Amino acid sequence: MPRINSATELEELRKGILSKRDPNKPCIAICAGTGCLALGNDRVISAFEEEVKKQTLEAKVDIRATGCHGFCEKGPNIIIYPEEICYIEVTPEDVPEIVSQTVLGKEVIDRLIYTDPNTGEKAAHQSEIPFYKNQMRHLIGNNSKIDPKSIDEYLALGGYSALSKSLFEMSPEQVLEEIKKANLRGRGGGGFPAGLKWETARNAPGEEKYVIVNGHEGEPGAFMDRALFTGNPHSVLEGLIIGAYAIGSHQGFIYTRHDSPQLRNNIAVALTQAEEYGLLGENILGSGFNFNVEVHLDIGIFVSGESSALMRSIEGKNPEPRPKYIRTSVSGIWEKPSNLNNVETWANVPQIINRGSEWYTSIGTERSKGTKLISLSGNIVNTGVVEVPFGTTLREIVYDIGGGIPNGKKLKAVHFGGPMGGSIPESLLDTPLDFDELAKLGAPIGAGGMFVLDEDTNMVDVTRFFLNFLTNESCGKCVPCREGIRQMLKIVTNISEGKGREGDIELLEEISEVAGAASLCALGKTASDPLLSTLRYFRDEYEANIKEKKCRA
Amino acid sequence: MDNARIDRIIDKHQGEASSLIQVLLEIQSENHWLPKEALERVSEKLQVPLTRIRHIATFYKTFSLIPKGRHEIHVCTGSSCHVRGATRLLDTVQDLIGIRPGETSSDLRFSLETGNCLGCCALGPEIVVDGKHHSKIAPDNVEDVLKDYD
Repeated sequence: MPRINSATELEELRKGILSKRDPNKPCIAICAGTGCLALGNDRVISAFEEEVKKQTLEAKVDIRATGCHGFCEKGPNIIIYPEEICYIEVTPEDVPEIVSQTVLGKEVIDRLIYTDPNTGEKAAHQSEIPFYKNQMRHLIGNNSKIDPKSIDEYLALGGYSALSKSLFEMSPEQVLEEIKKANLRGRGGGGFPAGLKWETARNAPGEEKYVIVNGHEGEPGAFMDRALFTGNPHSVLEGLIIGAYAIGSHQGFIYTRHDSPQLRNNIAVALTQAEEYGLLGENILGSGFNFNVEVHLDIGIFVSGESSALMRSIEGKNPEPRPKYIRTSVSGIWEKPSNLNNVETWANVPQIINRGSEWYTSIGTERSKGTKLISLSGNIVNTGVVEVPFGTTLREIVYDIGGGIPNGKKLKAVHFGGPMGGSIPESLLDTPLDFDELAKLGAPIGAGGMFVLDEDTNMVDVTRFFLNFLTNESCGKCVPCREGIRQMLKIVTNISEGKGREGDIELLEEISEVAGAASLCALGKTASDPLLSTLRYFRDEYEANIKEKKCRA
Repeated sequence: MDNARIDRIIDKHQGEASSLIQVLLEIQSENHWLPKEALERVSEKLQVPLTRIRHIATFYKTFSLIPKGRHEIHVCTGSSCHVRGATRLLDTVQDLIGIRPGETSSDLRFSLETGNCLGCCALGPEIVVDGKHHSKIAPDNVEDVLKDYD
């Protein structure tokens, strides 16, 4: 790979890649996301490779193993370009037919396309399937168009042009200003404006500064960051380098899961390729800007996704959070200013630089801009990764995209934010997706795990489940969290087993108030959120369990 | 696990104390557990007190200070698998192999763990054996899956 030494050379390279491509050449894009992989798509991929070889089509047809397409429910998914024909639930036995009929014969195979279970309508193209049609896929949409292991494919889609624009046409202050104007808010849970955080880190005293990608994603029911990071690692990396330039950092860290081999591998490949092209390392693109990245792995504890705990872990210590009188953006890893953002936040950066803050702020609601990735799971017809603009109502997500509740059941509640989030009853389903609106209802968006619950769900049991999870994941450093959650779990377990007593609810409220006020980090502070939200909307279930002394679960 | 292998891992990380967690992780993934001798070697080479190493090794769930079985069974108990029947699945697995989560069978055939969400919420409930996902699995089929792992 040649090193790229200027913005012009980057554009020439891009032109070279594009000129070698025939837009009409058929390409079979096979989803190799975690879900489809678990469904055996590796056999589908090898079947395609064999079939193409058998028919000696290697020069005429491309096969691409891509990141997650999003429609996990119907995997293994494949898309055939340039027609964008979508086939679902593909098996190795379907492969010869697909190659001869669709790839060569341009015929659609009826049995493999999506059929709407309600209307019976068939949809052959991605743009016609309700699951995709009702989304706005600015971030995740490119997953099916690139091989995550090929930087050239990312470059062909205009990749690293935002980096080049930042380095050569904008000052660090201008980049920062653009992100601030875009009102990009942190996607990891807090919704804190990324631009302000960057500014704090930039202005913090000290020469050495760090930027960090938080790819921990430990929340049960959240899998969108993995889908994005595995499927399009360069988009996150490009955002990170731009952020480092704006902040004045020369060292970055990626903190991610050790238990996703594919994710680890794709990140490692992306870093090597970017380095070889001179997009990472010394004198990036000949601009004089230096930046290196190191990968660190989480090792199976939820709390290490908390920013100050994560930073301790990078230092090689136990991931115990610290109080944040001083923000990590001022004093983080080794007491140096450290700016941490979530995977999705970083991935938003290149498009803001490329298309401008004005374009970006035209999407979304007044205070929540852009799109949001959602992991849709639970009692829902279409489980998968979804991307919608802020302002989309929860009803649209559940019914238009998610396809509603399976087995003809009724919806009971939608739970956001995993074990530290909250549940919203069916009656509030017309609430728009918005950081502040949902927080007001006691169900903050969190990282974007949206968990759908049907009428058979016992809310006391759901609460018990989350409290049980947090009891195991609390680091144990501070008493309000360690003991508070344990006691809440005890009481909720009693209630759910029909052993609840009068006064239990009040006691729960009291403990949660103390844990919320006195815990060191967000884990303890928000541990009682599921409890409080279910007490707010489903109090009758607790009361019934206590009064009738029985277990309704 | 002999010292040469441990040294190789440490050298790869340039022997820096900040790489302690990554070094332990590599030993764990090669050896499936962290023997006392290995920890002592790491302590000596990285110049980190053994107490701090044990502090870390006992804190993170991935690390094990006792031998693990040849096959690692992981039952997903994330929220989506939970509503789709993970509890019943876990009960079945426990009954079949006779151990509880965190334990290893006496013949060292299996270790059992419950785990956080593995990101396959569309496919739950599921068990993962040595990294291979067995999705949408009913308790009745567990025996069939496990018999292939000796």
